[in-house]
Amino acid sequence: MSDYNREIGFIQRWPQFLRASAIATFVTATALLCGQAGAQEKSIVVASTTSTQDSGLYDYLLPIVKEKTGIGVKVLAQGTGQALDTARRCDADVVFVHAKSAEEKFLAEGYGIRRYPVMYNDFVLIGPKDNPAGVKGKDILTALQMIKAKAAPFISRGDRSGTNIAELALWKNAGIDIGNAKGPWYKEIGQGMGAALNTASASNSYVLSDRGTWLAFQNRGDLAILVEGDKHLFNQYGVMLVNPAKCPSVKKDLGQQFIDWLTSPEGQKIIADYKINGRQLFYPNANDPNA
Amino acid sequence: MQDFTDALYTAAALIVHLDPEVREIVTLSLGVSFTASICAFVIGAPFGAALAMYRFWGQGAWIVIANALLGLPPVVVGLVVYLLLSRSGPLGSLGILFTPTAMVIAQTALGIPIVVALVHRMTVDNWATYGNALLVDGASRLRAMIPIMLIGREALLTAFLAAFGRAIAEVGAIIIVGGNIWGYTRTMTTAIALETSKGELSFALALGIVLIILSLAVSALSLIFGRALTAR
Repeated sequence: MSDYNREIGFIQRWPQFLRASAIATFVTATALLCGQAGAQEKSIVVASTTSTQDSGLYDYLLPIVKEKTGIGVKVLAQGTGQALDTARRCDADVVFVHAKSAEEKFLAEGYGIRRYPVMYNDFVLIGPKDNPAGVKGKDILTALQMIKAKAAPFISRGDRSGTNIAELALWKNAGIDIGNAKGPWYKEIGQGMGAALNTASASNSYVLSDRGTWLAFQNRGDLAILVEGDKHLFNQYGVMLVNPAKCPSVKKDLGQQFIDWLTSPEGQKIIADYKINGRQLFYPNANDPNA
Repeated sequence: MQDFTDALYTAAALIVHLDPEVREIVTLSLGVSFTASICAFVIGAPFGAALAMYRFWGQGAWIVIANALLGLPPVVVGLVVYLLLSRSGPLGSLGILFTPTAMVIAQTALGIPIVVALVHRMTVDNWATYGNALLVDGASRLRAMIPIMLIGREALLTAFLAAFGRAIAEVGAIIIVGGNIWGYTRTMTTAIALETSKGELSFALALGIVLIILSLAVSALSLIFGRALTAR
C-alpha cells in the first residue's frame, strides 16, 4: 500500500508538473512558429529533375537567383515524369525538366502555356573500365546492340525520368524492343540518377547518365565514360510556368520572373559559369528557337 | 575502411565547426520530429488509456488495429498525406504540401499508433492495480485518466520517446510530403538520402553519425528528465 500512497503523493503535486509542461510546450510552439514565419517570404516551388540536383547545379544557382531576383526557389528533385505529374496536380509553380516529348505533351494538355529552352548537356554511356561488352568508342546505338547481344549488366532508371525516357528512345532507335528483350541483365531500379550510378558502381554495370551528374558523382569505383559525343545523346532542358488557368494557386508573377531571369543573358552566363574541376556542366541555349 | 574513417573525421568536423547548413538541417529535424511526437502523444495517450479503462463495443478491434499499425510503412503514410494535401486533393486549399507542417502531419500519423499501443499496455496493468481505488475516491473514469497517466509517467515518457525515435529516423514519409527542399524541408534523413545519391558516401555517413549522436543526446536528456520526475 505504500506504493499506492507514494503515487497519490505525487498526484497531489501534479499541477506544478502540468505548469512546467505547459511552459515547455508553449516555448517550443513559439520557436516553431517563428521558424515558420521566417520561411513566409516570396518563394516558388519548382518541380525538377534529379540530374540538376545531383549535379550540384541548384546548390550553385539558387543562392544567386535569391540574390539577383529576391525569389526563394524551392526545388523538388523528382525526375521529369514525376515532376510533370506534380505540376499536373497543381503542386508546383514551375517545371524545369529535360524530356522534350513529355514537355510538349504537358503543353498540349493545357497544363503549361509556353516552353522555354534553357540549356543542354549530353548523355554519356558509363560502364566498367575493362569494358566487357567491347563498346568503348562505338556510336551509342551500336553500343546498346552489343550490350544486348552479350547480355552485359545494364542499370536502367526505370522511373519515367528524362534520362529514362531518353534511354528507352535509344533502345528503340537501336532496333531493340527493350520491353520484350529485357532479361536478368537489364535492371530497372526505379530511382534517381545518383542512385543508378551507385548501383552501377557497386555491380560493375553499364548505365546511361547525364554528363552533369556523372561529373559531380563521387563514388565512381571502376566506372568510366565509354560512349560520348554522339548526336543521339543530346540532352535539352526546358522550363515552363504551370498554367494559372488550370491551377489558380500558381504564383504566376514570381514564376515568370524566375523563368525570365533563367533565360536572360545574365542567367544564361551564370549557368555557363557552373564548373566542376574546370569542366563546364551545362551549355545555355535559351536563344535557340529549335531547342 | 577508408569510408568509415573519413566519415568519422567529417562528422567530428561538422560538430566542431557547427556548420550553418548542418545546424539548420538539425534544427528542422528536431523541430519537426519533436512537434510531431508531442502531437502524437497528445492525441494518442488519452486514447490508449481509454482503451484500457473503458469497456465499449469494438474495443478489441481498436487494440488490434493500434498494434498492427506499429508496422505502418512510412512511405504509405507519406503517399496518403500527399494525396490529401495536394492542391487537387481534399485539403489542397490549405496549401501546406511541401512545408514542414506537412512533415509534422505525416510523422504524427506514424507516431499515434506507437503511443496508443504503449500507453494502452501500461494502463492495463496500472488500472488493474489502482483502478478500483481511484473510482472509490469518487472520480469518474474521465477524471481518473489524469492520475492513471501520472502513475504511469515513466511509461508515458517511453511512449513519447518511441514516437520521437520513429519520427526522427524515418525518411519515407517526409521525403514525399516535404519534398527535400534545400533550406526548407531538408532534414537529417532526407539529406543523407540526397548525399548518398550524389555518391558522397562518407559525407552521408557523417550526417548519419551526427543523427545518432543527437538521438543519444535526446535519450540521455529524457532519462535525466525521467529521474527528476520520479525523484521525491
